Amino acid sequence: MNALQIDLISALPELFVLTMAMVVLLLDLFIKPGARGVIDSMTQLTLLGAAYLTMTTASQGVGYAFSGMFVDDTLADVLKLMIYVSTAITLVYSREYLIQRHMYRGEFFALVLFAVAGMMIMVSGAHFLSIYMGLELLSLSLYALVALDRDNARATEAAMKYFVLGALASGMLLYGMSMLYGATGSLNLREISSSLMESSEHHSVLVLGLVFVVAGIAFKLGAVPFQMWVPDVYHGSPTAVTLFIGAVSKLSGFAFVVRLLAQGLDVLAVDWQGMLLIMAVLSIALGNVTAIAQTNLKRMLAYSTISHVGFLLLGIMSASMNGFASAMFYITAYVMMSLAGFGMILLLSRKGFEADKLDDLKGLNQRSPWFAFMMLITMFSMAGVPPTLGFYAKFTVLQSALQAGFIGVVIFAVLMAVIGAFYYLRIVKLMYFDEPKDNTPIKSSTQMKTVLSINALALLLFGLMPQSLMSLCAYAISHSLQ
Amino acid sequence: MIFQDIVFYFLAAILLLAGLRVITARNPVHAALYLVLAFFTAAGIWLLLEAEFLAIALVLVYVGAVMVLFLFVVMMLDINLDRLREGFWRYLPVAGLIGVMMAAEMVMILGVKNFGLGRVAPPAPHAADYSNTAELGRLLYTDYLLPFELAAVVLLVAIVSAIALTLRERKDSKFIDPAEQVKVKRNDRLRIIKMDAEIEAKVDHVKGKR
Repeated sequence: MNALQIDLISALPELFVLTMAMVVLLLDLFIKPGARGVIDSMTQLTLLGAAYLTMTTASQGVGYAFSGMFVDDTLADVLKLMIYVSTAITLVYSREYLIQRHMYRGEFFALVLFAVAGMMIMVSGAHFLSIYMGLELLSLSLYALVALDRDNARATEAAMKYFVLGALASGMLLYGMSMLYGATGSLNLREISSSLMESSEHHSVLVLGLVFVVAGIAFKLGAVPFQMWVPDVYHGSPTAVTLFIGAVSKLSGFAFVVRLLAQGLDVLAVDWQGMLLIMAVLSIALGNVTAIAQTNLKRMLAYSTISHVGFLLLGIMSASMNGFASAMFYITAYVMMSLAGFGMILLLSRKGFEADKLDDLKGLNQRSPWFAFMMLITMFSMAGVPPTLGFYAKFTVLQSALQAGFIGVVIFAVLMAVIGAFYYLRIVKLMYFDEPKDNTPIKSSTQMKTVLSINALALLLFGLMPQSLMSLCAYAISHSLQ
Repeated sequence: MIFQDIVFYFLAAILLLAGLRVITARNPVHAALYLVLAFFTAAGIWLLLEAEFLAIALVLVYVGAVMVLFLFVVMMLDINLDRLREGFWRYLPVAGLIGVMMAAEMVMILGVKNFGLGRVAPPAPHAADYSNTAELGRLLYTDYLLPFELAAVVLLVAIVSAIALTLRERKDSKFIDPAEQVKVKRNDRLRIIKMDAEIEAKVDHVKGKR
């Protein structure tokens, strides 16, 4: 086999998803408006096929392709599988919502597949350029998805804000990368790491580059002080897109941080630890305190995302294998929780009615005791109440921060989590102790109800036995980072 | 060497001035034209760096295509500058502080101390038959194949999103969907408005006077 063949084989899942995105785009032209279900099923099959290809090309070792720009390791494979599963769940939850709002179009599915491809490239990036291109592919698809409901003024405003701030963040990231290139003479993460190992004589240039790269990362993740876009974009986007941005794209955000900071700039850990520490503390504080004042469920979940990002950064800040594994565990738990949370909004929404106010949850127990219970599990998990998954996620992250010696920060984070529990438990109070405002029966497909129930029950199940998920994360991290 | 230095400082001075005018010019058309000037001088500096292909591409693509399009857009939009500038003084303290801080950091770090010839050796001069364009092409299709192809995909996404966000059915189309026609309800065609009874104005005495 020549080099190109090896390259193509290791990037087979990416190529498959990209090809299918174009097939979906073309096929949509020949399909009657009523038969869009075909496109939907094709997208799901694409994700299934990509999962199969990822499984079959998975290897124990670390393989590089495309002149060292693309890496195929266990971390990439595990994260890609998580991306497929969460995207498939997103599509199931979004179906009826999209049909009711005339957004059930071929472009939606094509853009989702392009975004998935962008995330896969980011997850497998081993070079500043390939990571950046993956990020841009993801971001551009997301901007378009947010604006897809184009007659909605709030959605277009959200898309505009997201686009402008996203472009600014990309600019900062590129500027930082150019500084790092100037100091190390390479864009390849492996070469950067080894050249930093040998000498760090350009330390001031490196730190300047690092500041800009970390600012870019913080913008994309939505960590304080670069969080301004998060509530507006979450609130303004169609809920199906909010679900996609809030849940699935965070997996690639995690890979983005780990690849850049833990793999490329690991020698500068002392420098970025301090930066992440400040951002983590501010995110946890601001996210939890501001969420209390929200009356809109989507905005509340946006602020809760900011505080979750703070916890994620707390795990990465430990700069140890244990810390990265706990951060990966946290992001997996977060994705499952936000899928369930936003899924519930989609379940309660109907034509011409968005169930995105806190008051819309009033008396849910009388309307549907089962789904009130599912929401209860989700909220308990987000608050970090044992024995749910969210508890173990917070626990492992705090444990690894404690091992790294940040006792004060851990105590602060626990206090803030207690404050945060207030607004999650308020939802439980609204569901169980208030009278319902409207008694419209919850109509939804059996498929969605089943998947949502499994999703929420998984939070409880993994909470009871977190070892399997934890060991998977530890395995992926220890086999990919040296 | 001295000639090249003079050319560099000449072009760099114009570039900085043009860049400054892009953000300070009151008239958006002027700002766009200053941007064109900035691109031209930047292309000149790239020529000094022996990046001939990129310099020509910058002029052809940015000045020739992008900026012309940009000028059209600027001319078609009715940009209200006063609205754009409101809040300028309110945000100035914070924005100015951050700007000054960033500029100070850059001045401290970017300079001869870290990037001078003492730190980084000047690149060896190329042979006379060295082709910048051929070398770029070779790299793009070998080492940089992945990002190059991804750039193509990003462009495709841009096309798809631009069409998805703007294409609508023609407003003047006379096509009628029978299904929509059958579904029509009374309320779609007839609107009953509640309004106060009209009182005829008294005009009698005016007539009487005449």
